[in-house]
Amino acid sequence: MSTILIRGGRLIDPAAGLDQPGDVLIEGGLVQAAGGTIEASGAEVVEAAGCIVTPGFIDLHAHLREPGFEQKGTMATETEAALRGGFTTVCSMPNTEPAPDSAPAVEGLLQIIAQDARVRVLPVGSTTAGRRGERLAALSELAEAGCVAISDDGSPIAADLMRNALTLAAALGLVVAEHCDEPSLSRNGSMHEGAVSERLGLPGQPVAAETAAIARNIELCELTGGRLHIMHITTARGVELVARAKERGLPVTCEVTPSHLFLTDEAVAGSDPTPAYDTSAKVNPPLRTETDRRALLAGLNAGVIDAIATDHAPHAPEEKLCEFDLAPFGISCAETALATVTTLAARGELDLGVALGALTQGPAATFALGDHVSGIGTLAAGAPGDVTIFDPDERWAVDPSRFASKGRNTPLAGMELLGRVRAVVVAGELRHAVETAHV
Amino acid sequence: MVSIEPATPEAVTEEAPAPAGSSSAGAGPVWTSKDLLDTDVLSSEEIELVLETAEAMAEVRERPVGRVATLRGTTVVTLFYENSTRTRASFEIAAKALGADVINLAAAGSSVGKGESLIDTVRTIEAVGADILVMRHPSSGAAALAARHTEASVINGGDGAHAHPTQALLDLYTMRRHVGDLAGRKVVIVGDVLHSRVARSNLWALRAAGAQVTLCGPATLLPRSLRARAGYEGPGGCEVTSDLGEALLGADVVMALRIQRERQEQGLLPSLREYVRQYQITEERLARANPGALVMHPGPMNEGVEIATEVAHGLRSVVEEQVTNGVAVRMAILYLMATARRS
Repeated sequence: MSTILIRGGRLIDPAAGLDQPGDVLIEGGLVQAAGGTIEASGAEVVEAAGCIVTPGFIDLHAHLREPGFEQKGTMATETEAALRGGFTTVCSMPNTEPAPDSAPAVEGLLQIIAQDARVRVLPVGSTTAGRRGERLAALSELAEAGCVAISDDGSPIAADLMRNALTLAAALGLVVAEHCDEPSLSRNGSMHEGAVSERLGLPGQPVAAETAAIARNIELCELTGGRLHIMHITTARGVELVARAKERGLPVTCEVTPSHLFLTDEAVAGSDPTPAYDTSAKVNPPLRTETDRRALLAGLNAGVIDAIATDHAPHAPEEKLCEFDLAPFGISCAETALATVTTLAARGELDLGVALGALTQGPAATFALGDHVSGIGTLAAGAPGDVTIFDPDERWAVDPSRFASKGRNTPLAGMELLGRVRAVVVAGELRHAVETAHV
Repeated sequence: MVSIEPATPEAVTEEAPAPAGSSSAGAGPVWTSKDLLDTDVLSSEEIELVLETAEAMAEVRERPVGRVATLRGTTVVTLFYENSTRTRASFEIAAKALGADVINLAAAGSSVGKGESLIDTVRTIEAVGADILVMRHPSSGAAALAARHTEASVINGGDGAHAHPTQALLDLYTMRRHVGDLAGRKVVIVGDVLHSRVARSNLWALRAAGAQVTLCGPATLLPRSLRARAGYEGPGGCEVTSDLGEALLGADVVMALRIQRERQEQGLLPSLREYVRQYQITEERLARANPGALVMHPGPMNEGVEIATEVAHGLRSVVEEQVTNGVAVRMAILYLMATARRS
């Protein structure tokens, strides 16, 4: 394993409250030193002038599609996409076939990870057997096999099962990550229920479908003492509910996606007089209103929201090239996540330090990833050699045809964004570098 | 499933009509849009052009032969993913009355069920030589999707709960014949507004015509935001209410919408009986409307549900005339579109 010296960048390590110019030395797969001027003869030098140097980003929520849905993406393609997006650790969601609901299933997944993953992948096991929502999965097996959390992903689970899952998971040190949605309210809704859905004649998912489920799950969290993580929160009211729960000291965390921070339900209609019915803006939970978007930004800035997670969901192009109501939900987000965040920061809508915290120490703390990878999410000496180097000022236009992901499904195609990943070090190895004068 | 019927020989002998606004030495508006997807993208001038052209077409229909050869060599394909008798027949008659070749395609079920994507189907239809594609589809936005993937002109014959522009234009045409200038006139649309493509397209067209629209129905079937989108108060504005008595007060036009039994199964209505009790258009309730108020329905009617039988066939009803006018309005649209394609 080589020695890497990242030189001349602006170090931001939210975990240490660090924001200053300085170098980072990585040796033997670990951070040896960060800050000040470091000399290291024989080291591979990464010039980071004009760039921000941070702990590698951690994504709590990504759909890597393998095993089972390789037409949408593979372990190799989607972790390459994550890498280029600056993510050094990805938690893989369990909507695969088979679902990781037992030790053998998780071991199968770990083999694929060992063989093909370009970044560190930590699996999220499924809460119920086969992700069918009928009975709980083999939770202790999942914990022992290395799952960092359990979730049934896009399938919300019934109240009684949720209660039991929280109770049992607490004893195993597992977080229960839940897609908070009341299915009888969201039913066949394909976008946010509101002015845009009514204009387009599309069935909508009301805000209450999310908030009713958040309220219910917070109550179950209080009842059981289990660790509840609310995935991809989208509503102003939902943020309020989480803030109240946190004030009461409940073990609740939540995440937000870059898509929901950056876009609203107007993205479905587009800007032309004739509505676009853009299937690449079809995501579950749906893009909400400007009021919600602002509340999500405020919640993130205020620390109510713990993590920015991509919900990266690649689909094969032909799957999205169809009628809006028939298209699958999801946005291919890994390669644009940082740029949407830095663009929001440049606009003054989001504090850059807070955002970087929500991409590093926030997610690490949320799933207690330090129990699995000591020191993850920081640049402290002895932390894993995971570092992301990005230029916050580089302007670029999103061109999905250049994505590493198989999923080209992004509503940002053609949009100009600010901020681009230049180099990524994973476990002490320079795994991605953009060839420029800087690097 | 495919039938190709050329224009009849008689058609060739007739003169083409000279619709107002399009043939007069360069003056006045002309049709330039490739497609007709909804009424909300039409300017008042374009709507006016359609209505004026439709008058000329109605005059053609009143002639002994009732057809012309203006669109000879133009191929019109109707592609219907939903059952429809009147809209499809109306387009077919309209196209044939203009001398166009008409091919009717009925797609069984959704494109997914058929295994072929909508885009592939549309491209195939274009490849066999279609100039104008009339499409009905259960998915909102399907016509726009088709239009983006074909050079053929697409006429939206109804897409999900989104739009049904030719219905709105024929409704507007019918209202204008009876009421005259619609500016400041009160038009009440009653029923399942939330799921109605007819109500939406009518709202935008009526707004352009300056009418004051009231949308009325059970609160579970009313779009809560359309009033805000309609954008203004007073004449030309849009009201949304569950109070039928208030809605009907001073109405110049009352349009009942079809109630689907599905809404009861979804729990949006306690029962059809409840709907009838509160929202059926009856003679008694119509007493609150202006004397001589028009009664309309886009069809097919559930007589005895959203509209009482005696009202449906009563003196104020123009339901059958709507169907007749539909042919003239669709002739106008086909004519304007085909002419635009040639130039």
